Amino acid sequence: MAEMTIAEALRQALREEMRRDPRVFLLGEDIGVPGGFGGAFTVTLGLAEEFGRQRVRDTPISEAAIAGVAIGAALCGMRPVADVQYSDFLFNMMDQLVNQAAKLRYMSAGALAVPMVMRAPVGATARGAQHAQSPEAFFTHVPGLKVVAPATAYDAKGLLKAAIRDDNPVLFFEHKLLYGSKGARSEKGAVSPKGEVPDEEYIVPIGEAMVRRVGKDVTIVASLLMLYRALEAAGVLAQEGIEAEVIDPRTLVPFDKERVLHSVKKTGRLVIVEEDNLTNGWGAEVAAWMADEAFVWLDAPIKRVAAPDVPPPFAPVLEQHYVPSTARVVDTVRSLFGVY
Amino acid sequence: MDQQHTIPPLKKEELLDLYRRMRLARRFEETVNELYLQGRIPSTLHLAIGQEATAAGALHCLRPGDTVFSTHRPHAHALAHGVSPHAMMAELMARSTGTCKGKGGSMHIGDFARGFVPAIAIVGGNVPIAAGAALAATLQGSDAVTLCFFGDGAANEGAWHEGVNIAAIWRLPVVFVCENNLYAASTPFQEAFSIAHVADRAGAYGIPGVVVDGNDVLAVRAAAAAAVARARSGEGPTLLECLTYRLCGHSRSDPRTYRTQQEEKEWQERDPLPNFVAWLTAGGHFTPEALQAVDQQIEATLADAIAFAEASPSPEPMSLYEDVYA
Repeated sequence: MAEMTIAEALRQALREEMRRDPRVFLLGEDIGVPGGFGGAFTVTLGLAEEFGRQRVRDTPISEAAIAGVAIGAALCGMRPVADVQYSDFLFNMMDQLVNQAAKLRYMSAGALAVPMVMRAPVGATARGAQHAQSPEAFFTHVPGLKVVAPATAYDAKGLLKAAIRDDNPVLFFEHKLLYGSKGARSEKGAVSPKGEVPDEEYIVPIGEAMVRRVGKDVTIVASLLMLYRALEAAGVLAQEGIEAEVIDPRTLVPFDKERVLHSVKKTGRLVIVEEDNLTNGWGAEVAAWMADEAFVWLDAPIKRVAAPDVPPPFAPVLEQHYVPSTARVVDTVRSLFGVY
Repeated sequence: MDQQHTIPPLKKEELLDLYRRMRLARRFEETVNELYLQGRIPSTLHLAIGQEATAAGALHCLRPGDTVFSTHRPHAHALAHGVSPHAMMAELMARSTGTCKGKGGSMHIGDFARGFVPAIAIVGGNVPIAAGAALAATLQGSDAVTLCFFGDGAANEGAWHEGVNIAAIWRLPVVFVCENNLYAASTPFQEAFSIAHVADRAGAYGIPGVVVDGNDVLAVRAAAAAAVARARSGEGPTLLECLTYRLCGHSRSDPRTYRTQQEEKEWQERDPLPNFVAWLTAGGHFTPEALQAVDQQIEATLADAIAFAEASPSPEPMSLYEDVYA
């Protein structure tokens, strides 16, 4: 057992999978240049030294090519893991992800498989509108893609290994404030949770949610950074006699509906917290499912806490209003109990 | 070219094979066009009538283990590469025995077991993917080559530039084959390019650019063989531009009113098939009877393919839900 940051856990997962399987290789911008950063958030630091620059391939600033090359290599028997510097840049490769990676298997009636991983950092961190989005929901709308969003070091390692071994294209979202990146790449306001990671080999299966805190009064579903806001809110609420159950979905596609349903049947109340814009977020889908399947168990309306429908702002004072805060989660839960 | 690759002259049976591939593509497309008009094929069709020399010539020098990427206009490529006309006919008729079990259709014809990737119909989208396939061969220590077709229109897509550049900087074993048929759907080449040739762009990426008469199957074959040999020996990609012409519309609904009859007439005279037949017979390589025997074989194959497709069942409705995830 060793305590490590998410960045370290991800690096360890990449190292172990590359040692285990010669088909695994990395590509992306600034990931292996000697004297470089090891990717924007240091995850690939040192891997080029161990595996060489053939397997830790620096690319030009060409996101469509990064995705296309990953798809082509995956079709022909490799297991590429691409580093997308900021998740906002996924929009530069949307054709490759949505029309190609997601559909090739279907339109070939199963003849093709695209086993690749796109690692992409999300989250508003005072970088303005174009390096700040949390675009997970876009990809949850695309049949053929899997969407993973780990919030702890244990899950980051175990889910990345599962994603690399998965035979489908996996969008793997990481949060900038959770990495624990060090030195010049450290982030102001970072949460940087350190966690225990076993020394022995393990995998976290894709598609299984995790109850992070047990409670009987309200279910809060939150991923990535919002998980920590939800847990903090649960601590505040406990002092008021409200016991929140906090669920970390860990994977958004496939989504572990059963885990949430089971919890809502117990608590009768559901709050979903996401950092993305409110409208048509993945939380809207969870709310619709639960309205459909848990209606008779609900004692209160389903509530969502999300960013407002504006682009991510720059000024820290504006960003604080944009990203859902612990106080907003607390207030929303209180409102379900008639407390304002 | 960094290095000269000697291309041995074609044997007699190879010449006949080139003819067979072109003729099969031509007759297949004329046949499916009729079937479409009779309502026996749904959807739309992008035919490559007039472009068969490019398909047959470019693919003739590939080996088993090589990979081919095609476009929304894939029939001639697929047939020239040896994809089953029976399975193709069944796919066009939306049957479960089709190349994609009725899930692909005309624009996604393929046979990955033969190295023909089910065709990618987003213009230019196949170029970076072809680079990736070539990278896989490199990383696996294989000398397999990837050949990627696209039209002139694709060379104005961002993905095209990103894909060609990354293949160039990594010296990947890929041959980019541009079928320049002078029109991107209805938009004339000169309206979309400020240069004379797509191949002029090769210099910007530091790779050879070659322009060839795309209606001359032997010229295409020779140029493609040199580019494939170059790729296979690790010298990197080539941009091969084949000048050709669609003797049909862009798709089924195209009345071709954006082209002059005079222009079409000129290109009719350059139709690759009769010209190749004239060359084969005038050169004394084959008698007209020998070629007619090939033609008869092709007619029998097509009749059989139609019978096979029409006797095949439609996909099971529940197969809608299959093959989304591996």
